[in-house]
Amino acid sequence: MSMQQTAAVLDRSQTDAAVAVRGVTKIYEGNVKALENMTLDFPRGQLTSLLGPSGCGKTTLLKIIAGLIPATGGEVLVNGRAVKGPGRDRAFVFQDFALMPWATVLRNVGFGLELRGVPQSEREAVSERYIKAVGLSGFEQSFPHQLSGGMRQRVGLARALAVDADVLLMDEPFSAVDEQNRRKFQEDMLALVEQEKKTFIFVTHSIEEAVYVSDKVAVLLPRPSRVSEVIEPKIDRSVSPDAMRRDPDYLDTVERIWTALRTYVE
Amino acid sequence: MHDVFTSKRFLKYFSFAIVFALWEIGGRIPISPAFPTFSATMVALWQMLMDGSMLQAYPETLQPLLIGVAIAATLGIAAGVWMGLSRFGEWLLSPVFIVAQAAPLAALIPLLVLAYGIGLTAKVMVVLIMAMPVIVLNAMSGVRSTNNSLIEMGTAFLGSRKDVITKIILPSASPVIFAGLRLGLSAGFIGAILSELLITPTGVGDLITFNQSRADYARMYAAIFSIIAVAVIALDFLEWIEVRWLRPDRKGAR
Repeated sequence: MSMQQTAAVLDRSQTDAAVAVRGVTKIYEGNVKALENMTLDFPRGQLTSLLGPSGCGKTTLLKIIAGLIPATGGEVLVNGRAVKGPGRDRAFVFQDFALMPWATVLRNVGFGLELRGVPQSEREAVSERYIKAVGLSGFEQSFPHQLSGGMRQRVGLARALAVDADVLLMDEPFSAVDEQNRRKFQEDMLALVEQEKKTFIFVTHSIEEAVYVSDKVAVLLPRPSRVSEVIEPKIDRSVSPDAMRRDPDYLDTVERIWTALRTYVE
Repeated sequence: MHDVFTSKRFLKYFSFAIVFALWEIGGRIPISPAFPTFSATMVALWQMLMDGSMLQAYPETLQPLLIGVAIAATLGIAAGVWMGLSRFGEWLLSPVFIVAQAAPLAALIPLLVLAYGIGLTAKVMVVLIMAMPVIVLNAMSGVRSTNNSLIEMGTAFLGSRKDVITKIILPSASPVIFAGLRLGLSAGFIGAILSELLITPTGVGDLITFNQSRADYARMYAAIFSIIAVAVIALDFLEWIEVRWLRPDRKGAR
């Protein structure tokens, strides 16, 4: 790669991609290849889904972006800076919620701030604001075991929002939530993306979910892991959620992704 | 009314009442000349409380017990947490405690007497050897069983290693650590009484052996009954401390 090309890549990553994955390879112990030379851009202020069957390395990629596991090769740039570990610019929403069972909703939501040394009164004020934003007002003093699955994940989401990171990394956030709650949650997600002006990276194995919430869907395929295509669902989001789910463009996009994935499901 | 009879507290007292009633019946038959009735035992217990023999015996028994359990808890939790956090720690120490847990303690008492004499030190050592393994092994498994995604969460939200240990691993391990402490305390009671029966008769062990030798079985049973009651109360108290101070989320669950 010539100097000019390198500069061009860096420049672009600084202007429109909040997160840039550059040739990332991950080989686990025992020579298990999870990712091979993966390159992908995540545009700022948008929600990009990583979609694919299990074993395609989507969660691995998300955790590498989070700095939770190191890449074997390649690099991840967040706002143009290489990722060396977890950072203030990223926050994570966990598949199993990862809430502390011994702590109240208020403390769980403020935990990211607590670890950053924010004084108690300040972090409680911030936490209360986000508890309200995710619709959990009145549950500040509840413990996680007193909440439903959907409510627990709202706590996980509020905790990630409370640290005010540029990039929100969400690892199958709705997979442990029941179907009715998931739909409501997806609708709330859209409102949130609109409102928060953050970059969302969203891992899912549900085609409908990915098409419904995403600006961009990166379809990942396994063995070897690669980005098969990047689809931008052009769906009119100004209509009601139910109308959106009946939109022919929505249904066509779901069908198109299913066609691409079906050979890998057998 | 229905709730009263099925409540946990009622059932607990009801099961006590059945045991005491059977004891009374067994004593009245009598199933053995050396088996006093429940009521005779309670009378003897009252007399022993009043004549000061209990008051004199308990400090003697509780001293090695409390010293031993305090040392076992401090060292044991520290060692167990270290073993849970570090594979090297586990490799280094866990064989010692696994062997100690399996070893029949009575066989070691002659060795302890040779090494530490027949005084307080030997008794503290017996309590320590009884109580420590279970405390250590529980602390280790408590630390090990911390949900990995909680640790990942702590790291992702920029917690230092120290933050992750003090704010996530230790609170998460505390129920198992406390279970170890409860088991350790009850093992400590066994150790304290065993050392009084096998090394030198003092305290409650003395009340048991002395009254046995005089064939005053009501007093002997009263001494045994009293130590069981003290042990149960001590264990309940430990559990109360745990729920009160460490796990506010379980307050309603009991």
